[in-house]
Amino acid sequence: MASFLGIVFDGVAYGSLLFLISVGLSVTMGLMKIVNLAHGVFAMFGGYLCVTLMARWGVPFLAALPLCFAALGLAGAVSERLLYRHLYSRSQLDQVLFTIGLTFMAVAAATYYFGPTEQLVELPPALRGQVSVLGLELGAYRLFLVALVVLLTVALGYLVERTRFGAQLRAAVDNPSVSAGLGIPVERVFCLTFALGSGLAGLGGALGIDVLGLDPTFAFKYLVYFLLVVAVGGAGSVSGTALGALVLGVFDVAGKYYLPEAGAFIIYALMIAVLMASPAGLRGRRL
Amino acid sequence: MNGSWRVRLEAAFWLLPCAAYFVFPDYLVLGSQVLTAALFVVSLDLILGYAGIVSLGHAAFFGIGAYTAGLLAVYGWGEPVTGLILAGALAASVGYATSFLVVGGEGLTRLMVTLGIGFLFHEAANQASSITGGMDGLSGVSMWKLLGLWRFDLSGKTAYVYSAVVLFLVFLLARRLVASPFGLSLQAIRENERRMPAIGAPVQRRLVSIYTLSAALAGIAGALTSQTTEFVGLESLSFERSASALIMLVLGGTGRLYGALVGTCMFMLLQHVFSDINPAYWQFWLGLLVALIAFFAPGGVLGSTTRWLDAMSFRFRRGSGGPA
Repeated sequence: MASFLGIVFDGVAYGSLLFLISVGLSVTMGLMKIVNLAHGVFAMFGGYLCVTLMARWGVPFLAALPLCFAALGLAGAVSERLLYRHLYSRSQLDQVLFTIGLTFMAVAAATYYFGPTEQLVELPPALRGQVSVLGLELGAYRLFLVALVVLLTVALGYLVERTRFGAQLRAAVDNPSVSAGLGIPVERVFCLTFALGSGLAGLGGALGIDVLGLDPTFAFKYLVYFLLVVAVGGAGSVSGTALGALVLGVFDVAGKYYLPEAGAFIIYALMIAVLMASPAGLRGRRL
Repeated sequence: MNGSWRVRLEAAFWLLPCAAYFVFPDYLVLGSQVLTAALFVVSLDLILGYAGIVSLGHAAFFGIGAYTAGLLAVYGWGEPVTGLILAGALAASVGYATSFLVVGGEGLTRLMVTLGIGFLFHEAANQASSITGGMDGLSGVSMWKLLGLWRFDLSGKTAYVYSAVVLFLVFLLARRLVASPFGLSLQAIRENERRMPAIGAPVQRRLVSIYTLSAALAGIAGALTSQTTEFVGLESLSFERSASALIMLVLGGTGRLYGALVGTCMFMLLQHVFSDINPAYWQFWLGLLVALIAFFAPGGVLGSTTRWLDAMSFRFRRGSGGPA
């Protein structure tokens, strides 16, 4: 029983990380109808930035995290203005190809600058080891991860549901042209949303070094997971993405523990089953 | 371009692989890799270029064909042509079964389902390593003489001619198909999937048919690859294979069968030259090339050339003052 709860907890920690990285992808897919296969690149460079900051400039881990968020957010805003903006009206195939091309370039660049080896991160002592909670031995870092993501999710929920920007965002997701007609600056909402999503992915990448690992293939290796989360949860829905990420995280960790011979089979089958039952995902609207 | 010119140009194009056989006898192994890859890309063009189904998991059918032919040969049936047909038939039946999952959805859902199917088969072959050899691949594929006459030799002569003939036959079939009313209705579905039912076209049935046929051809391409290389790797089911086929097709130009052939040749030759220098550089330049094409030249090489030629001839006609 204890081990079962431990596995569920690990799955939740894993899922919360997936949520953090995927939520931007989900919202941009729902909002701008763009298939961005290069989203994992933002997470990957968030991770590399964190490693570089810590190793070269001696920035402590906890201080490096907000820097990663800010830097990748800025990178997201710039690439939205320069590149992605031109793709909104293009065919899905063009979007897929362009972003696959970007990912290839990013993977090659990461290999060139950081080498093909796996990067390691030195966690602060307080986040290492195990913590005993209600008789359960839980990893301190995973506990920190879950707590942080819960906090961020609450903040994100507040932003989307309670603020002016959130209302504009929701209106733009529902119907961009009518929103623009009502005077909502849809382009600026697009750009800010893209920046926020990229920043969160960068933060997720930095947080994930210890859990997901980090090497130049990261952008392709986990892309499938991010897309799975979005497809299962439903593009454009924050709560759907959270649900999809948790379901996938728990199923993946539990599957690997109880049925190792099935491997990643479980989550692919899960995704196809969910998409068959409800083509727009668990909580999504039809794209 | 009028009809007789077109046929002459096509004939000239098909003389190229024949000429290559005599001019580059040392590169026949690379040549048959190009030919088998081209066959796979043609199969992808049928669903993507003509019917508008973007698939990120087409390698599933390639791999099924490859493993079918490979396993047949390992377990004692090394006859190439029947192996090819059986592999195509199996890939077609899997394609038929999964086509309902694919054509049911649309947009992102469809993309994800094809991706999921691709990964599912990759993972299945990875786990069933007692049958497929898993990561190490399936070795010990030994083929009988082709038609009982020609041995598969080390210099790759038989493999090259065999691949070329199969590609040519499949190409003739595809060329006939896309010009038929069926092929035209596919293009209409690609242009507007919602309006087609209104004129009485059974959209779902058409898409299922072409998806099944495309799966069969991809299976034949896979079988051809495993027969000519006498090896099947897990890589034949990988996402990279699906993605690179997509890239080859887009390089040449989607929705035109020669685009598939030209794109494959360009990709394979560039890869041959650049990946010898450094695989990471190759990946970077490939990425840049794909991004630029998607950004600036959505029709690929052939599409852009055709547009340019059209613009030139328009200007020419206007200049001479004659009626268009």
